[in-house]
Amino acid sequence: MSRFIRRWFAALALCLCALPVLADASLLNVSYDVARDFYKDYNPLFQKHWKTLSGELVELKQSHAGSSKQVRAVADGLEADVVTMNQASDVDFLAEKGLVAKDYAKRFPNNASPYTSTMVFIVRKGNPKAIRDWPDLAKPGVQVILPHPKNTGNGRYTYLAAWGFALGQPGGNERTAQEFVARLLQNAPLFAAGGRDATTTFMQRRIGDVLVSFESEAELIAREFGKGEFTVVYPSLSILTEFPVAIVTPVVDKKGTRKLAQAYLEYLWSPAGQENAAQNYLRPRSPEILRKYAEQFPPVRTFTVDDVFGGWSKAFPAHFKDGGSFDQIYLKK
Amino acid sequence: MAAAVWAGLLMRSRFGPRTLLPGFRLSLGCAVLYLSLLVLLPLSGLVFKASQLSLAAFWDIASGERALASYRVTFGASLLAASINTVFGLIVAWVLVRYSFPGKRLIDALVDLPFALPTAVAGITLATLYAGNGWIGRHLEPLGFKIAFAPPGIVVALTFIGLPFVVRTLQPVIEDIEPEVEEAAASLGASRLQTFVRVLWPALLPALLTGFTLAFSRSIGEYGSVIFIAGNMPLISEITPLLIISKLEQYDVVGATALAVVMLLISFVMLFVVNGLQWWAATRHGVRAADGAPR
Repeated sequence: MSRFIRRWFAALALCLCALPVLADASLLNVSYDVARDFYKDYNPLFQKHWKTLSGELVELKQSHAGSSKQVRAVADGLEADVVTMNQASDVDFLAEKGLVAKDYAKRFPNNASPYTSTMVFIVRKGNPKAIRDWPDLAKPGVQVILPHPKNTGNGRYTYLAAWGFALGQPGGNERTAQEFVARLLQNAPLFAAGGRDATTTFMQRRIGDVLVSFESEAELIAREFGKGEFTVVYPSLSILTEFPVAIVTPVVDKKGTRKLAQAYLEYLWSPAGQENAAQNYLRPRSPEILRKYAEQFPPVRTFTVDDVFGGWSKAFPAHFKDGGSFDQIYLKK
Repeated sequence: MAAAVWAGLLMRSRFGPRTLLPGFRLSLGCAVLYLSLLVLLPLSGLVFKASQLSLAAFWDIASGERALASYRVTFGASLLAASINTVFGLIVAWVLVRYSFPGKRLIDALVDLPFALPTAVAGITLATLYAGNGWIGRHLEPLGFKIAFAPPGIVVALTFIGLPFVVRTLQPVIEDIEPEVEEAAASLGASRLQTFVRVLWPALLPALLTGFTLAFSRSIGEYGSVIFIAGNMPLISEITPLLIISKLEQYDVVGATALAVVMLLISFVMLFVVNGLQWWAATRHGVRAADGAPR
């Protein structure tokens, strides 16, 4: 419920921000839904940084909603200086439209993703179903809660994580992977509308034995429902979720904000930016900061979409387009 | 409906006697412009976008297994919800008009709530109520009725959002039927059943059909509340609007418009049939009934 309300608030806030404000320059960051907290903390850090650097007071505007909705809005003419997304396929779409450099992933370090996260299992207090790893999710009698694998970002990451795990098993191939994912999906009593809806379904309506979600989401659940209510389980192998950022070239050229946009995104890799990521339970790229928050981020073996699937540009059509592997699982029967 | 009114006006101005009321041209121009900007233009844009597909590609999308299943779910649940609302909406409207009791105004105001509440809020609230541990769900699930995250959940959500359409359409009509009419029928020897069937029902039928149509059309397009309670399982509880969103998530705008056009066509045919029924009811039961129905 709050997602929609917040979206309207965001829209309203955007309208208010559009009123002339006494600032030297302004920057619009169009971002995905749950990055709100991260950028709420990050923007003042950058403002201060930019002020000392150039003496300019910069006004930072934020827009948050579902990532593919946001990207469509940018493609349709929403004047974003920068986009900060949770899935490369969304930025790829803008690259295709010529709004973002084709090699955007190389314009910034670490695949242009200033922080990462991974998919983890959230189970009921004490782990009554003894869920340790992916195969436990495909066992009969276990109910798995996840957002819609075809329509939502974290649903897709969950799907690819399970697929990549099965592929990595001895004798694993595309066929066994699909069978494994099919068995796992059979254990899903429903597909939630989005990440937060999945959390509500699992925590509040108490449906299911395990919720698959971002590591960063687990902390938010702890804040809302109490730490003792659930246990976080790290699977033996999971997917590294990257959050690519990019400059929207035609917009910054038109507005003359390229330097500012560049600095805004670069500062994400600064110690202050990395620390902010860690404080928002997103894994920082900087090894020092990661070490500092080691307690919060236990080591986990991960693979990237690029490693296993050859990038989102291949993974998306193979699995999530109409007729892809997800559809095959349901339409075969 | 609007088109019929418009055509009627046009006919009268051209062929009938000159209307006495001033401002016909100006107001007609306004109405046509307004409707064109708000309704015709987006709809023709939709059809135009869908026409970029070849007929074979269009048919492939429109008749896919998931698409067909979603039509069944969407139109089936909408029909059921609108039917439930027609029965209970009539009772609610009747009670609100004919009887006075403490708290009547409050209940009257409650009817509008589904109009005002953001549908996502409604969907989440209903899902929480009807889930296995919800206030209502916990009593129903042991009996074997799974409501939330199953197709019945869709019907519940659509019933919720459709209720005001039936009640608000019927209220003025029931207000128009004076109690004296019933008394007259009784004094002429009609039984209660006869009074209802011969006197009240003909007057109510056109408005009931209108209310049904409105609730039904509203339900077909509903997305926000349904996705939170439906469970969204492919082939079982996926509504067509969800498939449209799914296409948009793939940046397949043309495919999305294809599904939208199919929905539009089915809705159009259904509304056409209901309007036909209404016309039939109005002519069969005479002018009084027809006048009673808000158009």
